[in-house]
Amino acid sequence: MKKIVSIACLFAAAALLAGCPKKATTVEPPSAGSQVPGAGGSTSGSETGSTSTSPLGGDASAQGGGPGGGPNASVGRIIYFDFDKSDIRPEFTGVITGNAQFLAAHPNVKLKLEGNTDERGTREYNIGLGERRAQAVRRALMLQGASENQLTTVSFGAERPAVEGDDEAAWAKNRRVELVYGP
Amino acid sequence: MNKVFSVLALMGCLAFAQRSSPAEFVVEVTRGQDNAVPIAIVPFADPGLADVDVAQVVSNDLARSGRFKAMDRKDMVERPHTGANITYDDWRRLGNDYVVVGLMTAQGADRYDISFELYNVLNHQRLLGFQISANRPGLRLASHQIADMIFDKITGIRGAFATRIAYVSVSGTLPNRSYRLIVADADGENPHVVMQSNEPLMSPAWSPDGQSLAYVSFEHRLPTVYVQYLKTGERHVVSARAGVNQAPAWSPDGKKLALTLSTRDGNLDVYVMDLATDGLTRITDDPAIDTEPQWSKDGQSLYFTSDRAGGPQIYKVGLQPGDRPRRLTFQGNYNARPRISPDESQMAFVTQEEGAYRIAVMDLKGRGDVQVLTKGQFDVSPSYAPNGAMIIYASRDRGRGVLALVTPDGRVQERLASNEGEVQEPAWSPF
Repeated sequence: MKKIVSIACLFAAAALLAGCPKKATTVEPPSAGSQVPGAGGSTSGSETGSTSTSPLGGDASAQGGGPGGGPNASVGRIIYFDFDKSDIRPEFTGVITGNAQFLAAHPNVKLKLEGNTDERGTREYNIGLGERRAQAVRRALMLQGASENQLTTVSFGAERPAVEGDDEAAWAKNRRVELVYGP
Repeated sequence: MNKVFSVLALMGCLAFAQRSSPAEFVVEVTRGQDNAVPIAIVPFADPGLADVDVAQVVSNDLARSGRFKAMDRKDMVERPHTGANITYDDWRRLGNDYVVVGLMTAQGADRYDISFELYNVLNHQRLLGFQISANRPGLRLASHQIADMIFDKITGIRGAFATRIAYVSVSGTLPNRSYRLIVADADGENPHVVMQSNEPLMSPAWSPDGQSLAYVSFEHRLPTVYVQYLKTGERHVVSARAGVNQAPAWSPDGKKLALTLSTRDGNLDVYVMDLATDGLTRITDDPAIDTEPQWSKDGQSLYFTSDRAGGPQIYKVGLQPGDRPRRLTFQGNYNARPRISPDESQMAFVTQEEGAYRIAVMDLKGRGDVQVLTKGQFDVSPSYAPNGAMIIYASRDRGRGVLALVTPDGRVQERLASNEGEVQEPAWSPF
């Protein structure tokens, strides 16, 4: 009884002192959850998220089995870049030439250029830098015979590193454009 | 306004495992404020069945703001529950300026009444006295609301303890990483997975009404901007154009999104999309990288990052045709990712200093003075609390992505440790 009285007095006093009377608020729990359509947890979302987009499968493009998979394995598929740069270093001109010639010879083959950066800096600006690198490779390939409709670019910025690590050894391996064959 | 949001649980055991893992952010104050207000939050009397220690949550909230020094309860020689039982001399002797007392009573099986009072120790004046009714799952929210009231009463600033944060959590090792978009209470408790993918998730952005999140998902190995309604988990595609779809930012009225798109030759520019009509307006038209847009408070301008001058700098442009961007940052070669304080008196951004990336702020009202707030090597992604009193950002600690807090004057710095794996890209909800 005493407690109830003292709470009531407290409430009354609060109303007087506080100036702006507040009702006792009622706090409801979060309502029950629901699934996110297309999220990784659902079957379809998970399959879309986790499998490779190339219908030939990862292996085909690595082995170069069939024109859709790209040139044979002696032609490189990755170009690395200096920090804050998108120009293609001389040591990679062979990669450009090899892939451009292949594309010129197989006009129905599509190539995706995936641009990446190291982890330093802001994420969205890094998307821009990754795109800039992918575009540099795209222009170089077109200059050597690939046609525009064979090439698409995508930038992952810093989001898909090849190597973990907070040092230059890792960063150098992450500043790259990957050439990914497939539709 | 009660911001209770819905839980979105994933199907499968994985979701339950994630939800049950403890995730409260452990605060390590790396640099405290000298003139923090000493306050004692006396443990509330409770019937013993509540699973939330209300006084401890309140105490932790006030301490985490950096403006209060909360007394350790083991130093308390008495534990009053009402003003009548406070021996003010004792509390003053222990160095407190304020004391909070309270009690909880059970109302049936699942409901509690919490009453609390705030007293000025020096003049014995009762500053606050309120009663809150809460059910069991609502006890943490009630605790944050109490902390909000105390904070507001003493500092004159609206409390933001009952708000939320969104962030991206990355787990697993290359090449099998898993990305989760998580919404949690502002203290890190109650994390809920809103979206999960095996491909990157980026750039969560709260709608002004706090009901939706925009974000970028690479789940199709191409970037797509989504808006997801949190209560139901329903989402729709905002932009899945060829090329870049990035950096969504809500207009203050919630009717438009600024975002970054690219042309065929990979030129990134800032656009504004009308969410009702899907109509698109191009805002920048420049061969440079133009990205990371943020709205002014009046919805008439955008701040954004551009490297049209060589390296990234921050610009502001009006949205009327013919308005030209005006450069804002001039210190150093790298200034990016603007975030505007709620009253637009200040802009937080990422600056590069001696090879390190740090959080800086610029005074938008005066002469544009810049102050670098943090000292890490990889401090990025600043986001203001809706009361402007704290900035959350992403940092790296011993090789792991962590979240951290800093006050806008740089005086208080805290690291939030959690066992969520790598965490990044925090976004603080509105009120």
